Amino acid sequence: MNWTEIDTWIVIIGALCAAGCAVPGTILVLRRMSLMGDAISHTVLPGIAIAFLVTGSRDPLAMLIGAVVVGLLTAFLVQAIQSLGKIDVGASMGIVFTVLFAFGLVLMRQAIDHVDIDPDCVLNGAIEFAWFDQNPDGWGIPRGAIVNGVMLVANLFFMLLFYKEFKITAFDPALAKSQGINPGFMHYMLMTMTAATAVAAFETVGSILVVAMFIVPPATAYLLTERYGVLVALSLGVGVLAAGLGHLSAITVPTWFGFSGTTTAGAMAVASGGLFVFAWALSPSQGLLVRFLHKQRTHAHILAEDVLGIFWRVEERSQSFVQTGDLPSALGVSSRVLKKALHQLLKQGEIIQCTTHLELSQSGRMRATKLVRSHRLWEVYLDKHYPQDANQLHHSASRLEHITTEEMQSNLGDENTDPHGSPVPSDVEE
Amino acid sequence: MPIEAGHSETSPVSIHDLTVAYHRKPVLWDVDLDIPEGKLVAVVGPNGAGKSTLIKAILDIVPRASGEVLLYGKPFKKQRKLVAYVPQRESVDWDFPIDALGVVLMGRYSTIGWCKPTGKKDKLLAMDALERVGMSEYAHRQINQLSGGQQQRVFLARALAQDSTIYFMDEPFASVDAATERAIIQVLSDLREKGKTVVVVHHDLQTVPEYFDHVIMLNMRVVAHGPVEDVFTNDNLKKTYGGRLTLLSEAADRLAKNKVLG
Amino acid sequence: MIANHSISDVRVDFPSLDQIVKVLLLEDYNTRVVVLGVMALGVASGIIGTFLLLRKRALTADALSHATLPGIAVAFMVAVSFGGSGKSMVWLLLGAFVFGCIGVLCILAIRHTTRLKDDAAIGIVLSVLFGLGLCLLKIATELPGGSAAGLQGFIFGKAASMVASDARTMLFVAVGVLLVTGMLRKEFTLLCFDETFSTSQGWPVIKLDMVLMAMVAIVTVIALQSVGLVLAVAMLIIPAASARYWAKSIMSILFLSAIIGCLSGWLGATVSALIPRMPTGPIIVLLCGFWFVVSFVFGTNNGIVVTQIQRAKLNRRVGMQHILRAMWEVSEENASSTFRVDEIIRLRSWKKLAVLQLLARAEKRNYVTRLPNGDWMMTTGGSIEARRVVRNHRLWETYLIHFADIAPSHVDRDADTIEHVLGKDLVERLEHLLDSSYDLQSPHPVGERA
Repeated sequence: MNWTEIDTWIVIIGALCAAGCAVPGTILVLRRMSLMGDAISHTVLPGIAIAFLVTGSRDPLAMLIGAVVVGLLTAFLVQAIQSLGKIDVGASMGIVFTVLFAFGLVLMRQAIDHVDIDPDCVLNGAIEFAWFDQNPDGWGIPRGAIVNGVMLVANLFFMLLFYKEFKITAFDPALAKSQGINPGFMHYMLMTMTAATAVAAFETVGSILVVAMFIVPPATAYLLTERYGVLVALSLGVGVLAAGLGHLSAITVPTWFGFSGTTTAGAMAVASGGLFVFAWALSPSQGLLVRFLHKQRTHAHILAEDVLGIFWRVEERSQSFVQTGDLPSALGVSSRVLKKALHQLLKQGEIIQCTTHLELSQSGRMRATKLVRSHRLWEVYLDKHYPQDANQLHHSASRLEHITTEEMQSNLGDENTDPHGSPVPSDVEE
Repeated sequence: MPIEAGHSETSPVSIHDLTVAYHRKPVLWDVDLDIPEGKLVAVVGPNGAGKSTLIKAILDIVPRASGEVLLYGKPFKKQRKLVAYVPQRESVDWDFPIDALGVVLMGRYSTIGWCKPTGKKDKLLAMDALERVGMSEYAHRQINQLSGGQQQRVFLARALAQDSTIYFMDEPFASVDAATERAIIQVLSDLREKGKTVVVVHHDLQTVPEYFDHVIMLNMRVVAHGPVEDVFTNDNLKKTYGGRLTLLSEAADRLAKNKVLG
Repeated sequence: MIANHSISDVRVDFPSLDQIVKVLLLEDYNTRVVVLGVMALGVASGIIGTFLLLRKRALTADALSHATLPGIAVAFMVAVSFGGSGKSMVWLLLGAFVFGCIGVLCILAIRHTTRLKDDAAIGIVLSVLFGLGLCLLKIATELPGGSAAGLQGFIFGKAASMVASDARTMLFVAVGVLLVTGMLRKEFTLLCFDETFSTSQGWPVIKLDMVLMAMVAIVTVIALQSVGLVLAVAMLIIPAASARYWAKSIMSILFLSAIIGCLSGWLGATVSALIPRMPTGPIIVLLCGFWFVVSFVFGTNNGIVVTQIQRAKLNRRVGMQHILRAMWEVSEENASSTFRVDEIIRLRSWKKLAVLQLLARAEKRNYVTRLPNGDWMMTTGGSIEARRVVRNHRLWETYLIHFADIAPSHVDRDADTIEHVLGKDLVERLEHLLDSSYDLQSPHPVGERA
């Protein structure tokens, strides 16, 4: 790998672009309008083409205005067709952006001799060459970095200015309206931000990366946090990270297989997707892994408590000992799983190994007593409020006993015998 | 523990140990009951008590966390032909391009079977069903041009067109006009005369004794069930709708957090 | 060679009559292939698109079509590394199909295992898989034959590269889609209208859904070559969405949608064959868009013109009934059939201009005449009509009081709206009902029957 100043600039431009997109992107994702970002970034194309045909020049301001106007038109048409034409919003979006995009393609094809943008550039952008595109008085800063940087600053400015309003409209549009915030105004402001960001980013990184950066970083952040401010910050971070990782993998990964490299914009999109998958699997609050582990742990916890319960009941009923060979069938688990549970309990000191058998330790007995108390109190409670047959009560109580807090237990009452006639063990103090 | 205990072969619907959870939070707990044959049965309970869920779990529309449901002693999968279902009106898009007769004909689809078109006989049966709910003159009206009550009657007619033995209706009386309410009552009493079993999710407590024979009072668990005159008492109503359920719903929240189910 | 007018030809500016005739008669081989191919595509996508639209899955199909790109690149690379040419259309399309399905499954997985909603799931799959596709495509061009394979053509479509076998595949798929849809029409309808009910009836909803999406994937894949994957979704949803503005039953929507798709395909291919620098795919989509705009505006079923006319008519009828009732109430009070404009205004808090307009319309219908002193007087015809309207209104008020639990203070508003949708026969039934079984206790006395 041969990292040069150009590569650094490519990452900087990509990062600025990704961060700029992530700002409106958070609101789009929260308001379930992600695909408006997709639709608008497609319709940048006709906007630019029209601006070019009208002005006859590649004046960036004209193109910006053209794209923003067509972007707003898209948002307006989607809403109009949806409400006037009684179509669902997805179809309405699909119709508007495909037709406008097709229109843009035709225009571009007509103007192809006069303007040096072609469809491939629309998708891929030209981030690899962005460094060469410098203004004479740009202090060596590529134009792409300036444009995307300005857009990022503008987006952050509007975001901070209307922070409250965006937050409230994102979470509860009805509440926003009742608070005197005009949802229509906020909607079109968001659409303007989206369109302007899309057009600023589009030339350097192409429309696909724009779509990815609108949606994927905020969606990733959404899996990691519950708070709006953190969500915005994380989205920015994920976007920037995706830009760096994307370019790095674009110039390295293909070389492992003997290829020279691949398109940076595409790789940045894939990198953001990779980060999304990462968060999806490993998010500390809701990731697949955490959920899986938690489930395993809960199952183990319940099994351990059930084992303790059996030990306690055997002690209560007679002076004989628990036959560990009978436990698997009684608990409906395999003997391997049970062995693991017993081992765990031994290690925790809840049960102790005597010469011929296992029995409860002092702390194990206390825990088991609490459990059985909860169980029998739940039976009393359920029997009182929802009369059912005895088997049913036992079944329900065995599930509830594991989740009973001290407070719940104290609310369950203070009966001395359960509906089956067994005594409710009295509460133990630790 | 004998799972099959207390199951009746003759009961149209016997539910054993049914637990249903949405996103791991239980909405129905250990429901265990037999529904008697040939009766009009109301399912009542406060919002979120799991009334609709009970019906949906019986009909395999929502997955069960545990428990089983038998229709005349056999699992639902084998007895589908015996069951007709009236979903809540809001569950579908009424802008769908179809007329009233088309919707009612859907009740015949499973009898007709795969890939075959609807026949003349089915159309006659569908028209007959529309007639029974007083909607025959609207047979060819687009469904989006019907009033809410008329749409409800179309759904009812679809269930009638199925010509089943057990009927499940999810809030058929919700915000309907007086004419529709009378039509539904008429249909219900017709069905009772023919010995069908009808289970209706109902929200209007005042009309329970008037319309129904049997009542299931539900609030996450079955609070009471039996003949209306026996169990539809102030005491049971208080238990069903009163504030005594905090412990159970607290437990449900904790269960959701701990993912004990599924 | 003059005869060789391929689609991509960009030399001439305007076609001569001779060329037009040639294209229309499909004399040119290339044109024939493209026209027949896209017409078949139009039919297939129009038909399966109808169900896609009714199932509200339009944008899932968009993600699906974007997700096909890595499939194409992977298929090409696999084919090349096994020594094949990599140009075999069957393998490319198979790869596209597989990845399209993977895309849909990813959407489902995200939706079911995270708290993200459909829109974000679609957006993620669409952009990430498409980005992956672009990366792989770039790599594929470095393989032998990669740059010549025209893989880029799948993105925006390259109809000119179609050959007879491609057109045959499209025809074959169109017939297949027709057959499957014909067979499963009933089942798809039920699935789209009422999923819950079809589950309760034991229909295998998930499998049906998979068949539907697989058909969408197949149609998308055959659309790649001609319209390209970015615009493929347009072919699926726009003809169907347009057809909904004309037809009321599924059968007629299917039929019309197929025709619109087919027609757009034919016209698009023709236009792009005749006029230089007109890419086939975008032109077809623009034509679809044209049909949509026409349908959206002029359609007989929910088209905006028809809707506006109906609304205006209703407003006029309601306005007339209001003014008649107001006149009746004023003259009841005055015990004379003459009244002044400000008396009406006082009663209803209307704008003066609106009242004058309504009165002018009533005058045209001979319900009122203007007296020389500026007052107004109801004619005999006017008072008959006013009496009818008032009676309807008060019957409804009574009805609502007796039958529904609505407090009398709320009655007027409800009566105002219900009255205008009342048919004559219904009013008669209501009268009978009220006369026979109930004491009439309207807040106002019930007008005598005319």
